[in-house]
Amino acid sequence: MRVVASLALAFTLTAAGVAAQELRPYVVAGDAIPASLTGQPGDPVKGRAIVADRTVGLCVLCHSGPFPEVPLQGNLAPSLAGAGARNTAGQLRLRLINPARLVPDTIMPPYYRLDGLQHVARAYDGKTILTAGQIEDVVAYLVTLKE
Amino acid sequence: MRLRYLGLALVSIFVASWAAAQSGGGDQRRTGYQDMSAPLQQMEDDDTANPGMLFVQAGEILWNAPAGKANKACADCHSAVDKSMKGVAARYPAFAKDTDTLVDLDGRINLCRTGQQQADALKPESQDILALSAYVTRASRGLPIAPPADPRLVKVRAEGEVLFKRREGQLNLSCANCHDDNAGRKLAGATIPQGHPTAYPVYRSEWQTVGSLQRRLRNCMIGMRSEPYAYNSAEYVALEAYLMDRAKGLKIESPGIRP
Ligand code: HEC
Ligand code: HEC
Repeated sequence: MRVVASLALAFTLTAAGVAAQELRPYVVAGDAIPASLTGQPGDPVKGRAIVADRTVGLCVLCHSGPFPEVPLQGNLAPSLAGAGARNTAGQLRLRLINPARLVPDTIMPPYYRLDGLQHVARAYDGKTILTAGQIEDVVAYLVTLKE
Repeated sequence: MRLRYLGLALVSIFVASWAAAQSGGGDQRRTGYQDMSAPLQQMEDDDTANPGMLFVQAGEILWNAPAGKANKACADCHSAVDKSMKGVAARYPAFAKDTDTLVDLDGRINLCRTGQQQADALKPESQDILALSAYVTRASRGLPIAPPADPRLVKVRAEGEVLFKRREGQLNLSCANCHDDNAGRKLAGATIPQGHPTAYPVYRSEWQTVGSLQRRLRNCMIGMRSEPYAYNSAEYVALEAYLMDRAKGLKIESPGIRP
């Protein structure tokens, strides 16, 4: 308990020290976040580019998927092929924003979460891995992956 | 009946693997060397092809060169390297003799620089510290990693273990997530090794030069988008102490090669 409290305190202090990014509010319903973070639908073409770029989405470090032009795809995670058949847009959104809500000890990074992180590199401190708009683009792409 | 046989079979498998674990036969550890392609393994094994040997040779020159206000060479205090330094690299990090100073091998070399030679400490990742370190480590090639029994190191290793197992950085990963739980799998094009420190100082193709274990750890931390520690910080030395203990008994292979 002590440890948790002091970690939380340390986090509040760092969060106050840097101009932390404002997170868009969202509502979790069961295993999904049904509403778009931006209020707009994303762009699946941009989403595909984010997923395929190992320095932006980072997805291909761990996942493979139906983007044959990307060399050296990882195998730490299931293939993204069929992700849109297995999941609704809302489930995919929660999976990206805060995957630990679905799998508590997951290695999948939280793409739109700032709390509970420690020792973040200065260049990334207070920033989410993807922006709200990028999350929506990736969701729009993933729902097209029906097989 | 069937079920009973299955139960018996399971029990005997359990007993057999338990026995193997007791006798040490269940060691699942693998070094990065075992995951490398045959051409890279041959390059490491062949002194005339191993680029790390250039650093070993440069280290030999430094070992014999007088330095500092004391104008003394390492060789003035120590006998031939294959005698006096045999097994030394397999023991560090350790507390320097008769002190409370915890150092890794590079730190130990710098204690001799500043104390005995009265020279400036060599800078982290400088050609000279890597060369001396490669030369001294070479004298332990093939020897098993043997961390000292010093009770003070228990706490240091425990600190290193905490750093190894905690999630950190923007990607919220721990070292253990990759090196304990996912070793052998592919992170993009790279096979994740178990992360044993047997090859350091190492020649890495990606660096096009030789680098230290701390440089390797720094690279992993940058990948996790975690803030790397300062070179020679207590955190790196604690991680090194934990990694060496985790690799106890594995053989030193420096100067190693890695992709
Ligand atoms: C460091 C590893 C890692 C990275 C990077 C990563 N994931 Fe994952 N992902 C996983 C793992 C592991 C799972 C399996 C379930 C779990 O453990 O959470 C998973 C599961 C998923 C699932 C659910 C699988 C299914 O088909 O039902 C989707 C969708 C997904 N990831 C999408 C993505 C996208 C898109 C990105 C990049 C923007 C990404 N992941 C980045 C590790 C990762
Ligand atoms: C997301 C995965 C990942 C994380 C997290 C990670 N590493 Fe690594 N590590 C790797 C990969 C992949 C390599 C091999 C790199 C290569 O071959 O290019 C490696 C290499 C190493 C090596 C060298 C092993 C050898 O055989 O030469 C050590 C030691 C190591 N890591 C320790 C650590 C420590 C300590 C941490 C945490 C501070 C850490 N790693 C975090 C993926 C990771």
